[in-house]
Formats: sequence, structure tokens, C-alpha cells
Amino acid sequence: MTLRGKAWTYGDNLDTDQIIPARYLVTADPKELGQHCLEDASPEFAKQVRPGDVIVGLRNFGCGSSREHAPLAIKGAGVSAVIAKSFARIFYRNCINLGLPIFETEAAERIAADDELELEPETGEIRNLTRGESYRAQPLPDFAREIMAAGGLMNYVARKAGLANTAGVTPSGYETKAD
Amino acid sequence: MGMTITEKILAAHAGRAEVRPGELITCRLDLLMGNDITAPIAIREFERVGATRVFDPDRLTIVLSHFVPAKDIRSADQCRIAREFAKRHRLRYFYDEGRGGIEHILLPQEGLVVPGDVVLGADSHSCTYGGLGCFATGVGSTDLAAAMITGETWFKVPESMRFHFYGRLQPWSSAKDLILYTIGQIGVDGASYRAMEFTGEVVQRLPVDQRLTLCNMAIEAGGKSGIVAPDEVTLEYVRPRAKRPWTLYQSDPDARYHSVFEWDAGTIGLQVACPYSPDNVRPLPEVAGVEVDQVFIGSCTNARMEDLRIAARIMRGKKVAPYVRCIVIPATHQVFQEALREGLIEVFAEAGCAVSEATCGPCLGGYNGVLGAEEVCLSTSNRNFPGRMGHPKAKVYLASPAVAAATAVTGRISHPEEVAGPEAA
Repeated sequence: MTLRGKAWTYGDNLDTDQIIPARYLVTADPKELGQHCLEDASPEFAKQVRPGDVIVGLRNFGCGSSREHAPLAIKGAGVSAVIAKSFARIFYRNCINLGLPIFETEAAERIAADDELELEPETGEIRNLTRGESYRAQPLPDFAREIMAAGGLMNYVARKAGLANTAGVTPSGYETKAD
Repeated sequence: MGMTITEKILAAHAGRAEVRPGELITCRLDLLMGNDITAPIAIREFERVGATRVFDPDRLTIVLSHFVPAKDIRSADQCRIAREFAKRHRLRYFYDEGRGGIEHILLPQEGLVVPGDVVLGADSHSCTYGGLGCFATGVGSTDLAAAMITGETWFKVPESMRFHFYGRLQPWSSAKDLILYTIGQIGVDGASYRAMEFTGEVVQRLPVDQRLTLCNMAIEAGGKSGIVAPDEVTLEYVRPRAKRPWTLYQSDPDARYHSVFEWDAGTIGLQVACPYSPDNVRPLPEVAGVEVDQVFIGSCTNARMEDLRIAARIMRGKKVAPYVRCIVIPATHQVFQEALREGLIEVFAEAGCAVSEATCGPCLGGYNGVLGAEEVCLSTSNRNFPGRMGHPKAKVYLASPAVAAATAVTGRISHPEEVAGPEAA
């Protein structure tokens, strides 16, 4: 499935307190969290972000708190993927668990704000339509791809444990789109 | 080739004779932890997939810590979700306000984490427990939810970095200064995905309280975990409180490390992390004199008895500076009670500090001491990213309880000696 969107660029060490400040940790509703996503770092983000847009960071993206509210807020804002030169460990794990596509590549620094991007989560390919360039991210480990393909960790574990069928529901109550 | 203590613990929990960095393994978990912010999402996920049974109700602990006593209706609802789940599943180790406190100080105190454990906590500072010689790491709510069903999780075996401290700590210096110095040297992603192992005579002389402080901030260097090998000091702490048997592991002399740093603790001195990053660390003299609006003595980093004792020693008979406020929050209810019995609460109250029941509160800008625009705070906590303690334009300096207490009295970042005199250390 090809993802398409405009780039929102940030620097090194964009931490989870900036992605979603603690004052909003009184809810776990992705839509509501999405309305406050990156509120302090870029107040215009939540108002202007379009479905499919891509967040691009540099080093150590998502460092700090383990709050899953951070990737939930990003998803809730309609962002389709995150690209960074490197990810902080817990954030990386949370994204895989929630099925939020992430792309790790040094080429993140070549992407400028508002560049139009096309992404292929299966292969890690990034096409920068604005610049006519293409980059390739580190592929995810196999088991991480399996988790993503299952729609996230809970579906993966539930299936293995023989629990209720969770088809049609992605992590945290998202409904899967037919595509 | 030998193994590090981290590799040995992980191998034992993966049912393997040995593991090597980079391998993906599945580990049995000794304890799982969630709090009032992370547990509700885990519970929602657990129930969404139709799970009805926690793999072992004695191995899942829920600690209400961040926004308790409930700061508003919505945080009360989050606590209620966690509390009802604990009741329904008969969790033996559920901690509410007035009995618990901040999980990272509470679980070691209660003997719920012991040497040799593998612990998964849905809070980034779960790495704290490594101070007891176990492998402990922070995860998100979904990882917790999955582990609540299966009792296990996957790990990539981390490479280890060794931080060896020799010599003697300077007067007034503590584990907080060692870890701030370390983060300042390697940066906020200097230990990304790796285990940070702390060794050397200086570490061996640290009491458990301070070993926990050392490991607490491993995450601030991007570390997956922090660890101090268990010794007699650890056992003295663990013996009277352990709820489970423990296993002692040590790194082999020929264990392989990603890197080894050897530092003379005597040259490190008091350290301060300046806005807006925990790796923006300077020696105290370079920032001394910066005026503050608030001092916060608390958090999972520095609010144990050791911390409160040193702060009280400096503040005894003194007053908080005019136009400055000082907030003191003992980390657990038990610490609060002990501090009460020792007269420390009296010292803080007399000095004009606001003292409260255990909570994470202001550390993460939750409540009970949130900062306004342009305000300056010196805090004993662990993070100072923009907006961490409130307004994104507030400035947070991180330092030890000794520096915090002195700063509260003078109203500007100060060396403890300036308030307590040169002999008091």
C-alpha cells in the first residue's frame, strides 16, 4: 500500500513531551490526542495537517517518556508515517506495536518541509516527488513486519493465543480501511 | 567468550545457555508494571482482544502515581479504570494513594523487584530497578497488554556499555552528579538501545538508594536499561523485603562491551543539566547564580530518604528565599512516614516548603507545581525538554537534592557549601 503526503520536518531529539504534552494524558482517545499533537513545538500542525501527511525528524525521534499517547496522537492527527535518521527505542517499539509505519534513514535530512512524498512501507522506499529523489530506509526485522501485517501486536498475540477474532480492528480501536 | 550480567539475565529468562547482542529472543517476565497513565490503555487493549485472565495476578502490579490524588475528573476516571481492573483480577500488588507512591521507588522498597529479575514496566523510568542487579526496561502500554496475556515479551539483546567510576566522590557529590556527567559526555542518544552497566569502587560504595538514581536516568541517554551488579550492599537491602527468591549474576571478566568509559569520580563534582536537554550538562560553578522561581525536590530520581536527609541537613533552620517557592514531595507514602518520624517534614515545613503526599506531579508538568511562561525551576527530577514541567518557555535545570536545597534558600543556583558551610558535607 503506497502512502502519500506532505512532509512536516523537525530536528534532533523531538521528545514525546513535545509530541503530546502531559496535560493531555487524561485521555487515550487518538482523535482527541491528535488535536493536540505537537501543540507546543508547532502550534499550526494540528490545524493544518492533512490525512496522509508525514512527520520527518532527524536523530533520536520520540525520546523520553514511554507514553503510547505519542504515536496515538500522531495516528489520530491523520499522519501516515514517520521518517527519521534514528528513533528512540521505546517509541520505535510502540510504533510497531500500533502498526504506525516508520522509516529509518540518514536521508531524512534531505527532506524539506512541504515536500511531497510517496512511501512504500513494505520495501522501505521513499520517493520525494518535489525533489525527484528516492531513498531507501532500513527494512524492519521480519517479526516486526509480521506484527505490522497483523495490524499490531495485540492482534498478533491474540491470534497466537487463540483469543477472539480481531479482524477488521487495528490497535486502539481503529477501523481498517478496505484497500 | 564471557557474557555481561545483562546477557546472563536475559539468557536465563530465554531458557538459553547464552545469548549475544543483536539476537532476538523471547523472555519470561518476573514482574509487569503499569501506572495510572499507561495501565488504562493496556487494559483497553487486553479487553479488546477478548483476554479474560492475567497470566499471573501476582506478577502484575498497578501503581497509581502520576496524577494522584486525582487532579481532575478525567484523571479520576483513569484511576478508576485501573482500580476496577485490579479489583476484578484480584491483583495482589495494587497501590493507591496513601499506600503507594512513585512506582520506581515503591517496587524496590516493597521487595517486588529482586536481583536477577527481568522486569517490564509501562513507564520509561522502569530502568531504575537495574540498581538492584536486575534487567528492567520501559515499554508502552501495548507491550504491557500483550505481556499481561502471555507473561513474556521479545527483546533484542542489547550491547552493553560500561561506565567505571574510580577514586572518591567529592563532598556533596552523589549518584545524580555521576549520571548527569555521564549523559553530558555521551548525549541523549549516546546509549541508544544499549544496556548501561555501572561499575567501580565508587559505585560499590553507593547505597542502594543512589544506585537506583544512577540507573533511573539511563533512559535519558537513550539506554534500554541500567544495571549495577548485586553485592553485599544490595543483599542487605533486599533480604528483609524480598517477596520472591533472587539470583545473583556478575559480568564475566572477558565479557564484551560496546565501549568502556573510566572516570575519576574525584574530578566530577556537582553537575547541572541546563535547558532544554538532559545532556546540556555543566559543572555547577558555570551556572551558579542563575535566579530561580521554583525548586522541586521529588520524582523517581531523587525523593528517597537519602535525598530528603541531605536536603533537610542543608535547610534546617533556614528559610526558602523570598519570592521563591520550594516544593518537596517524598516519593512514597513510606518515605513520607519515615521523613515524618525523623523530623525532616518539620524541617521543610518550617523552612516554608510546600510538602505533599507522594506523586509524580510536577516532574511531568502534571499538577502540584506546574511552571508558567519564562519561569525558572531547579528540579531534582530527570527531564528538562521544552514543556516538560509546564509552559514550553519555562526553563528547568536538573541537579541533586543538595544543590536544590541550597538553591531554595538562596534563590539562585548555589553550591550547598554556601548555605551549610564547608564542614557540613
